[in-house]
Amino acid sequence: MQRSLHIDPEKCTGCLQCEMACSLENEKVFNIAKSRIKVFTFHEEGRFVPYTCTQCDEAWCMHACPVEAIQLNKLTGAKVVNESVCVGCKVCTIACPFGTVNYNEDSGKVIKCDLCGGDPECAKACPTSAIAYIDANWTGLDRMRSWAARTDTSARA
Amino acid sequence: MQYAIIGAGPAGVIAAETLRKTDPQGSIVLIGGEPEPPYSRMAIPYLLIERIPETGTYLRHSPDHFQKQGIEIRQDRVTAMDTPNRRLTLSSGDGLQYDRLLIATGSRPIKLPVPGIDLPGVHNCWTLEDARHILRLAQPGAKVVLIGAGFIGCIILEALAERGVDLSVVEMGDRMVPRMMNQTAGNLIKRWCEAKGIQVHTATRVKGIESRSGPGFLKRVTGVLGLDAESGSANALGVELDNGHRLQADLVISATGVQPNSEFLKGSSVELEQGILVDNRLRTNIPEIFAAGDVAQGRDFSTGGHQVHAIQPTASDHGRVAALNMAGTDTLFQGSFNMNVLDTLGLISSSFGLWMGVEGGDSVEICSPEKYRYLNLEFQEDVMVGATSLGLTQHVGVLRGLIQGRVKLGQWKDRLKRDPSRLMEAYLAQNAVL
Repeated sequence: MQRSLHIDPEKCTGCLQCEMACSLENEKVFNIAKSRIKVFTFHEEGRFVPYTCTQCDEAWCMHACPVEAIQLNKLTGAKVVNESVCVGCKVCTIACPFGTVNYNEDSGKVIKCDLCGGDPECAKACPTSAIAYIDANWTGLDRMRSWAARTDTSARA
Repeated sequence: MQYAIIGAGPAGVIAAETLRKTDPQGSIVLIGGEPEPPYSRMAIPYLLIERIPETGTYLRHSPDHFQKQGIEIRQDRVTAMDTPNRRLTLSSGDGLQYDRLLIATGSRPIKLPVPGIDLPGVHNCWTLEDARHILRLAQPGAKVVLIGAGFIGCIILEALAERGVDLSVVEMGDRMVPRMMNQTAGNLIKRWCEAKGIQVHTATRVKGIESRSGPGFLKRVTGVLGLDAESGSANALGVELDNGHRLQADLVISATGVQPNSEFLKGSSVELEQGILVDNRLRTNIPEIFAAGDVAQGRDFSTGGHQVHAIQPTASDHGRVAALNMAGTDTLFQGSFNMNVLDTLGLISSSFGLWMGVEGGDSVEICSPEKYRYLNLEFQEDVMVGATSLGLTQHVGVLRGLIQGRVKLGQWKDRLKRDPSRLMEAYLAQNAVL
């Protein structure tokens, strides 16, 4: 069964352990600037919101890539950057309307969430279960996806 | 059903693959004018810095990809179209019958109308063949004059600089990338380039290019020496500018914009303006003929008018939507979205939608010229309609999301006007993720 990241902002305390875990797993450093998941702070509302790629079906990044460097992992449903193919043109970073594909100036390539191959470190590191990796049908990602559909440049007639 | 696609760039290739998925039985012929397998011009700058080999520019990496999908690729060019009989004439002399035709012939560099533009040592940077010439001539220390600091000019700047050439840039606009960047951003990019040792002449035109010794003389000398004219002589070219300067060059690269490849349609009944006019299904005025990519003038998301958007994401969207309609799956195109991202010697810039702003709209900007960071947001009422950024690499795509999603900003408009960097927060809050 395909699973996805379920994010419950109400449970997030803003501890940033998800960012640390992501950076360590993927970049081998404790550097939250290199995390693929990001916790956004809302002072006015007193709220923290962790956010990363929803692995959306539209896969704007994948379709915009001119050299086939982003591919679907059929097991996890993740859209994964193949670093050896990526030329660093950054078209995917502007194509993704969620802002979840970022350019890494150190490597000259782009980075995005790949669900850690099916065992996401951010979810494991979260002490309050604000981030959980669960059956895709249960997640609140549907509302993000329905929004994705609204911005689709080619809505079905 | 017999499908013919003219043009093997991203629009043509994505259309062919979409046709195959939608109509497993149809016959699909993809006609490309260049000898290489379908490739991406977007990847050429990375070929020039030798980060990737030529094969790294290919749109599809598996050698039997097209064969496996039952897509026939032919290297040929269309010389004539007989629309009433649905038949193409190809330069090889062959004919090709079609039921549905997609014109995805892309664009080609505009040739600057100045004397000397055809001299050896003057090249475009558009095809793999052009790239091979540049790789050969742009040797360390070579003097290179780049005409045009638009998107293509700027994207190859870095490659040229990394190759260690002595580079000068000539741009007729009053700033760099004038069709993608506003005054502030375009001038910051210019300053950045100058700080990296590149001579930038803006508001300057090239009057002509001369062979220093005269073409006849040069040919004789190089002929005697057994060299080809291009590598035969140091600084063989002189580029005359309208500001009185004269630049010496071993290589001149002309990157003065592109125009749609639609000449072969002259005399046909296919309706043309700047490009081939297409409706919201990417259909031309002839029901069985569609157009996609750089050659097509389709609906613009931001203005609702018809525009040529010669960018990769539009080519890819056009190709997919056109193919769905060709195969009978009725699909509406909501309009292409103008957006660009550019890396000029490590300075990353992007612009989106109506970055130049709209009448009656308002805007906010933050600028740190010493850090080369800049962000400009353009609004119409409480919706963002355009944006420009310099030095922004994190979450930049959300600018597209906010603009193309026509996200009502509500109280977040004021918050953004106080702190434009809170883009992601605005997007998350207004999309009920908060």
